[in-house]
Amino acid sequence: MSGFLGGLVFGLAGGITIALGTIMGVWAERKISGRVQMRLGPQEQGPFGLLQVPADTLKMMLKEDITPRNADARVFRFAPYVVFVPVAMGLVVIPFAVGWAPLDTSIGILFFLAVPSLSSIGMLLGGWSSRNTYATLGGMRAAAQMISYELPRTLSVLSIVLLAGSLRPLDVLDAWRVWWLPLIFVGFIVYYISSVAELNRGPFDIPEAESELVAGYFADYSGIRWGIFMMSEYGGLVAASLFGSAVFLGATRWLPGALGVIVFVLVAALIASSMIWIKWTFPRMRPDQLMRTAWKVLTPIALVQLAVVGVVVPWL
Amino acid sequence: MTMEVESRREVSGEDDLARQELVVNVGPSHPSTHGVCRVIVHVDGEVVTKAEPVIGYLHRGIEKMCENRTYLQVVPLTDRLDYVGSMYANWAYCRAVERLASIRVPERAEYLRVIVCEMQRIASHMMALGSSAADTGAASMFIYAFDERERIVELFEELCGARLTYNYVRPGGVSFDAPEGWTDRLKDFTNNHRTALSEMDRLFFGNVIARGRMKGIGVLSAEDAVSWGASGPVARGSGVNWDLRKHDSYSVYPRFDFDVPTGSNGDAYDRGRCRLFECYESCRIIEQAAAQMPEGPVKTDGLSRLISPRPGDAYDHIESARGSLGVYVVSEGGPRPYRVKFRSPAFCNLALLPMLAEGHTLSDLVVVLGSLDPVFGEVDR
Repeated sequence: MSGFLGGLVFGLAGGITIALGTIMGVWAERKISGRVQMRLGPQEQGPFGLLQVPADTLKMMLKEDITPRNADARVFRFAPYVVFVPVAMGLVVIPFAVGWAPLDTSIGILFFLAVPSLSSIGMLLGGWSSRNTYATLGGMRAAAQMISYELPRTLSVLSIVLLAGSLRPLDVLDAWRVWWLPLIFVGFIVYYISSVAELNRGPFDIPEAESELVAGYFADYSGIRWGIFMMSEYGGLVAASLFGSAVFLGATRWLPGALGVIVFVLVAALIASSMIWIKWTFPRMRPDQLMRTAWKVLTPIALVQLAVVGVVVPWL
Repeated sequence: MTMEVESRREVSGEDDLARQELVVNVGPSHPSTHGVCRVIVHVDGEVVTKAEPVIGYLHRGIEKMCENRTYLQVVPLTDRLDYVGSMYANWAYCRAVERLASIRVPERAEYLRVIVCEMQRIASHMMALGSSAADTGAASMFIYAFDERERIVELFEELCGARLTYNYVRPGGVSFDAPEGWTDRLKDFTNNHRTALSEMDRLFFGNVIARGRMKGIGVLSAEDAVSWGASGPVARGSGVNWDLRKHDSYSVYPRFDFDVPTGSNGDAYDRGRCRLFECYESCRIIEQAAAQMPEGPVKTDGLSRLISPRPGDAYDHIESARGSLGVYVVSEGGPRPYRVKFRSPAFCNLALLPMLAEGHTLSDLVVVLGSLDPVFGEVDR
């Protein structure tokens, strides 16, 4: 396929994947939180309430898109895209099957770690341009949090890179062995926790802490721009779960062929569901506790994990 | 809701960086102000340097309105003071009027009053625990606590037809006798409630994040608690063993065996835990009262609807879910009170907010406010 046509096809496929993932993410969040809280969750709109999310999306599109009078209008309108696009870009390097990823690049893992974290700039822009004290505080918190959790997350993924000897996700999947699982289990826990923090989800949802900052950096957003913030959160949830399932746990290799892909999706769904479960069970941390967890707990653990893997690798 | 930056002033930091203090206007309509409270918060980064509560957004002039109503017509107004615990203001007011007009109350009515007030204490504490959990982000704990409150509200609905403003305790007794089988349903409730309480204890107070959020936050010393006039779980969380049910043993409370839980650290965690343990004690009181309750009338016979006490004044107080609730009634002899004054515990407890929140972060401010459990109907009156 020529470059442009191929790009178009992959772009469309990626768009559909992220839209579907977001829809399933929102639906799962509503259903799981409903069960956690002894409610039913949506059930009137279509089978199992599946049409609730399209209905919500339609509602958001039809709602008025308000720009506050005091806001820096151009930055304010632009910020949601700066949040969403990097998150969506992170999805393209995920190996969906053995030997196939939308974008097969030799620095895929670096790309996955680096590009989605650009969205913190969008959060800062959105919070700052709103000219709202809550949003400003939320934006600052978001930036501080995402930068802090970048480190343990990257370090934990490095263990896998070291074991596989490659930054190319498809190579990692090829090199994946079952005995890696016990070896990198702690690293996976670090990856899991710091992913939740990267996504600004509970118990680390301090940038949008509704009981303190109303909605944090997107307090002043309405309509579809607010929806784009939501979409990027769920897009990030889907991406982090898929990456964890494929690259970390190698779920695609657990069963041969197409069955492997099914297992991969199921494991990713399990990771995403548990993240939702945690959000609805735990209270929220305080910003300083959050930073302490990142720098004094997760980073040393990830470093020890990396050191252990580093000792093992030469013996392979 | 306007959130504009009201003023910025230079703050001298220890380092050479130029800093600016940011003024955040929290409220009057904000998710964690538990009503309509406005707090003007000065923050240096995330740290609160000054928190100033602005009250009065729910002022309806209830004390003044009382002067234009007959003694019986005042009771529904007292419902609207502490709308999370309407029974308390009902009862405190009725006690003052009964003292003023020398009205005797049948024993069964006293038992019913104790039962509904202890149920109200559980309902109110469930509201307090649930909403302070929601303040820290534990959304499900909020639902669980409200589920327990709903059971009580249903029982109240059976008893007097209302779910929030009961108008149940009246001078000379209570409005309705307990319906058929009500005490049995009460027993079922207390049995189930103990299980729910231990579940909530493990889910929330046992959680490492919740402990980290609440321990050492908003520490109130016992001396300060006394000198600022704090009462209820706010004072007891600091280790002040002060409970009017024990120390003024009004009504039929001396006949029941119960303990007064107290904390030791005086932080948000101890205040929250005190409320939780009080629910266990309330269950004990309800069970004993339901077992001992005698048969008989629930209203004094021959009491005029137009109570006209002799000139004079009377003060009485009870232990509400928030602390010592006092009512002072002055009569000039007519069918209407000359003056009614409420001593609201939530008002006194709220006064502690600037002291407790200072030096903590903005996130802790909502925890401190939640642990004081103010109800603004009672603060603003």
